[in-house]
Parts: sequence; structure tokens; C-alpha cells
Amino acid sequence: MSRPSARTQILSRLYKNAGAIAPYTPEAAHWSPPALSPAKRINRFVELMEAVRSEVYRVKGNAWVDALRKLLQTRELATLAYGKKTWCGDLLEKSWAAKPHPTNLIPWTQDIEEFRDELFGISAGITTTMGGIAEAAAMILWPTPEEPRLLSLVPPVHIALVKASEIYTSFPEALKKLDWAKKAPTNSLLISGPSKTADIELILQFGVHGPTDLIVFLIE
Amino acid sequence: MDKPKKATFARAAARALADTQLRDNLRFATQSLRQKRLAVFDDPEATEALREIGSRIKARGLTRLPRLLEQLEARCQKNGIMVHWAETTEEANRIVLSIMEAHGARKVVKGKSMVSEEMHFNAFMKDHGKEALETDLGEFIIQLNNEPPSHIIVPAIHKNRKQIGKIFADKIPGTDYTEDTDILLATARRILREHYRTADIGLSGVNFAVAETGTLCLVENEGNGRMCTTVPPVHVALMGLEKVVETLDEVPPLYRLLCGSATGQRITTYFNMIKGPRQKGEKDGPKEVHLVILDNGRSRMLADPQLRQVLQCIRCGTCLNHCPVYTRIGGHAYNSTYPGPIGEILMPQLEGLDTKGELVFASSLCNACSEVCPVKIPIPELIRRMRNESYLKRGKGVIPGHGFKRNAVERVVWKGWRYSQTIPMLNWAMLKTLAIAGRILPNVGPLKAWTRVRTKPVFAKESLKQLTRQEGIRHE
Ligand code: SF4
Repeated sequence: MSRPSARTQILSRLYKNAGAIAPYTPEAAHWSPPALSPAKRINRFVELMEAVRSEVYRVKGNAWVDALRKLLQTRELATLAYGKKTWCGDLLEKSWAAKPHPTNLIPWTQDIEEFRDELFGISAGITTTMGGIAEAAAMILWPTPEEPRLLSLVPPVHIALVKASEIYTSFPEALKKLDWAKKAPTNSLLISGPSKTADIELILQFGVHGPTDLIVFLIE
Repeated sequence: MDKPKKATFARAAARALADTQLRDNLRFATQSLRQKRLAVFDDPEATEALREIGSRIKARGLTRLPRLLEQLEARCQKNGIMVHWAETTEEANRIVLSIMEAHGARKVVKGKSMVSEEMHFNAFMKDHGKEALETDLGEFIIQLNNEPPSHIIVPAIHKNRKQIGKIFADKIPGTDYTEDTDILLATARRILREHYRTADIGLSGVNFAVAETGTLCLVENEGNGRMCTTVPPVHVALMGLEKVVETLDEVPPLYRLLCGSATGQRITTYFNMIKGPRQKGEKDGPKEVHLVILDNGRSRMLADPQLRQVLQCIRCGTCLNHCPVYTRIGGHAYNSTYPGPIGEILMPQLEGLDTKGELVFASSLCNACSEVCPVKIPIPELIRRMRNESYLKRGKGVIPGHGFKRNAVERVVWKGWRYSQTIPMLNWAMLKTLAIAGRILPNVGPLKAWTRVRTKPVFAKESLKQLTRQEGIRHE
């Protein structure tokens, strides 16, 4: 589709010109914000996430399941999409089997082509995370075949599970600790809050395309 | 389209200056963007250190640009991304069109991409019977109103909510006028979500392309970028060839600099890293990912060690918000894809000094832009260099269209000036003449334009040289 000669011509111009005598540029220093203690990391994560209108609930162990049941009920969310064969999915299925709940649990099992129309009508989606970063608070998501990319994007409410032990100080630290360059999947991302825009008079508004609400269970 | 027009800037600027609504909107918006930026970069020392890192990463990247691009291409291909090279914007448009045609596609949803503006992508697609839909809220608003963006980060910065309410009521069937931003947002959301669901192709820009891993990074707040790159079956990413960086480690400092400078955030809502199409077993994501690498004059700009610095730009837009000219006239007066200080140093290099040269005179050289530029581009130095190029003899400059301002009258005047400063007799004669004739200079031509908003200078009877000779220098 592109002319092979376009590539050759661009590259030969670049090779000719890149070496043009420019003042010597020393290598950039490595940027790494100072490390924080685990307690500070968690507090900062919570504080900054809440500052951009994410709701953060600190829970112990599996207590998030009951907290979630309550939350779904009070907000009258009709449907919750989740991924099967994940620790999150297993706990949900167990809980729903043990005691019925008005919210319909919907596992994502098909390819998007078959599931798209249904997905666009679902009220909430729940995902696990690879942890978070504290210094500029965000969650790390590496979507998987079980928990596809759109599970955290299309439903108007996104519920995310973050383990407190997996909160890193900064993005550079997370890149290193997770061996991101080698191990990241086809799509990896940081999410720091619900979808937002300031395109009208710079007024901050939430939920322009993706989730209007982001609910985080911080598991300690 | 940017048509080569001459001397339109002064007129457009005067018109913008007289538009009080526009002035209010711009003053408010650029001021709050400046304040927000300061809130993130509150520690001057740390900010300086970070800018130094950003500047070095980009400058070093330019010295090894071809190698990085080849590495990026190889890695992307290994990851399953199809890589295309385009020398011109026309060629880039054709590549996207052929991808669309190969898929029988009719509708493309677009995330924000300045390169697509540079390509006049929407107009091209329209001419070829395709529908190109902007999904970034600001871009969506101005596309409804058939306007180009007036800011590279906040495209509808020149509009207030009343004007936007009116655009919605006029252009979206069945919509009533409202100033309620929540209702405006809900309307846009409803329309756009339907488009994501049904689009054939998703298009996006690229903020950083990582050579080491073949990762395309996308910075955004709205989620429309994720929608465009994930929901449709085909994703096409457009990048200017200067967007490549060497390693993943170089991304966090650049990302921080970009968020802080552009919108005064420590981090955006989404930072999306795309490494390829849907893999076997995955349930969503595009089945094909294409990367179009655009040159459009960039490889030529690389030849000059000073002018190439424009290629360090990460398109944060903060130079616009700090520019005393931009903040008063907004982006449309520049009549170019990139307005403000970055536009002044980029547009003439892209399209030639003879077509865009007047932009390099749209500056007071106050240096505010280079003090805030996250990658430390010395913008005023580049502007001065380009002003010089405007007067160089053909063949003596490096920017296409240089020498467009060179003219006989000015050459004669400057020559005369030189003699008047080097030949004592002539100098004496000139001072005498000015002392007398200077008072009765008629108010016509350039002097008339000059004195319209300023008082006419009065020449002293005696020159400074004479005065010092008579009175000596006190407090020596
Ligand atoms: S020139 Fe500098 S300040 Fe202006 S948009 Fe580019 S990076 Fe930002």
C-alpha cells in the first residue's frame, strides 16, 4: 500500500541529515521520583484517586464481595459484566450462587463481534488490576483474554480491584518491577479516574465517552 | 485548507482583537491553563531538572532518528502491526483510503490527532465519499460547526457554552438550545457511543512510539482514544516521524512533562499503550493495526542543527497559553494547522517561508514560550533565524521559500544606513538633516501606520554624540 520507495527515500534523507553536526547532547538522567514507604504509598494513592472523583473503598481480604453486593443494590445496577476463570470471577460466582442478588452477573465469554451490542447495554463492569502507582495516582491494567480491554471502558460504571501490596511509588518503578517492556500484553494501560473532559469552558465534566463512575476496592 | 495567502495575518489579527467575546473566552481559558500548569510544576528546581531530561531525550533521539525508526518498524512488524511510510500528506491520506477500501469501510471514527489536521484528513475523506467523525469532544463541537481547531490541546477554546449550546441546537436534529453543560455532554455521549459501535475503522494519533518494544502510546482524558483504538475492527495510527523514542524508560518523564504542560495534570485519565492487534484467544481489540509514519518535510528539517529543534516538540500547547499574541487573538487568525509559537517555527518549515513566512513576524520575541517549553526549544531564536532567512538571497538559505521578503528598497535603505554609520561626513550630514527634516516628515505610508497607535518620535536637535562631547559623562 505504501510505496517501497517512500521508505527508502525518507530513510536515506534521514541518514544523510541525522548526523548533521549538532551540539553534543549528553544522555538524559534517569527520572525516578523518590520512593515512598508502603503506608505513604497507599495513603497517597487513595487521596489522589479520590481527588479526581474516583470512589475508593478500603477493604480487608474478601470483604469486597459483600461491599460490592450492597453497592450494586443501592445503585440499582441491573447488570454486571465480569471475566470468568479469574480470582475475581470465582469469588463473584460463589457469592451469587450462595445467595441470589437482583444484579445479573454476566460473564464475558464471546468475541466482541458477538458481544458488542450486549456490552453497550450493560450497567457495570468489574476487572482486576496489576496494581497501582501512588505518586500520580493511577491503576495499572493489563487486559487478558478473560478480562478483555473493553470491560473497563464500555460499561458506564467501572469497578476495579487493587491490592494494596501492589501499589508502586511511581510509573518508572512500576515499569521496572513489572518488567513491562518484556511482559506487557498487546494493550496495557494506566487509568486514573472516570472518563473526563474539560473541552467546554474548561469545566471539568465526567463520563464523556467511557465510565462515568470509577469504583475502586483497595484490598489490604 | 491552508491556502497560500499573503498578508492575511495582520488583518485576521485585527479582526480577532476586535471580537470582545473571543477575547473574553481566550483570556479566561489560557489564564486558567497557565495556573493549572504552575500548580503541577510548583517546584522550580525539580521542573528544571525534568525539562532538561525531556529536552535531552528528544534531542538525542533526533541524532539517531533513522535507526530508531527502523527499529520501531521491525518491532511493530514483529508485534503484528503493519507499517507504512508516507513522504507527503497526500500519500498518507491515500494509504488510509486504501486501507479503508480494502475493508469496504465507509465510516472512520477519529481520536485527536494533529497529524491528521496537517493532512486535512477530514476534507480528503469527504472528497472520497467517506465519513470521518471527530470524537474528541472539542473536535466534535468544531466539526459540527465546520471550523478548524483553534488550539492544539483544547480545540474549542474559543467558544463558550452559550455558543456551543447554539451549535448543538442548530446542527444536531432534535436538540433544543441549552447552556447546561451536563445536557450538552449527554447529547454528545449518546451520539458518539453509537458511532463507536458502528464504525468500520478507528483512527488515532501517537504521542510516543517506543522503538525498543514497538509500543504506541496514547495520552488522553476522555476515553475516546481508547474507544477508537479498541472497538472498530481496524485501527490506523498516524505519527509524525519525530514521535519515536528509544526505550520504554524514556516515556514516564515525557508523559509527565506533557500532562503537566498541556492541562496542568500530574497524569491523564488514560495512558494507553498499544503493542499490536488482537492475539489468538483474545476477545476484543482490532484485528488489524496499521501505523502510518509521515515525513512531510521533517527529514529535511533535520539537516539544520538549529532548525531541527522544532522536531523535539511534544505538542503540549503550553507555548500557546503563554504567548502574549496567541492569548489575545486565538488560533484561527494564524490560518494554519499549528498556531502560536510552535506554529511560527513549524508551519514555514512545513509549507515554505513564501507561504507561511508572515507567521514568523507574529511574535514579540518576549521569550515566554521558551521558558515554559517542556523540551526547551529556544523558540525565539528559531524565529529570529527564520526572519533572517526571509531576507536571504535565493539559494543562501535552507528553508524553502526563503528570501521572500528581500526587496530592493529595503536593501538600498540598509546600505545607506551602513554608509551613514561608517563614513563620518555622511553621518554628520544625516544627523543634521534629520534634526531639521525629521520634524516635518509627512504622516504617510509606514509612518502613518506606525503613528496610528503611537506618538510620532521627535528628533533631538543635537545628537547623543554631540551632547556627550559638550557635557562629558557624569558618574563615570
Ligand atoms: S514547542 Fe514546546 S511548548 Fe510549544 S507545543 Fe511544542 S513542546 Fe509544547
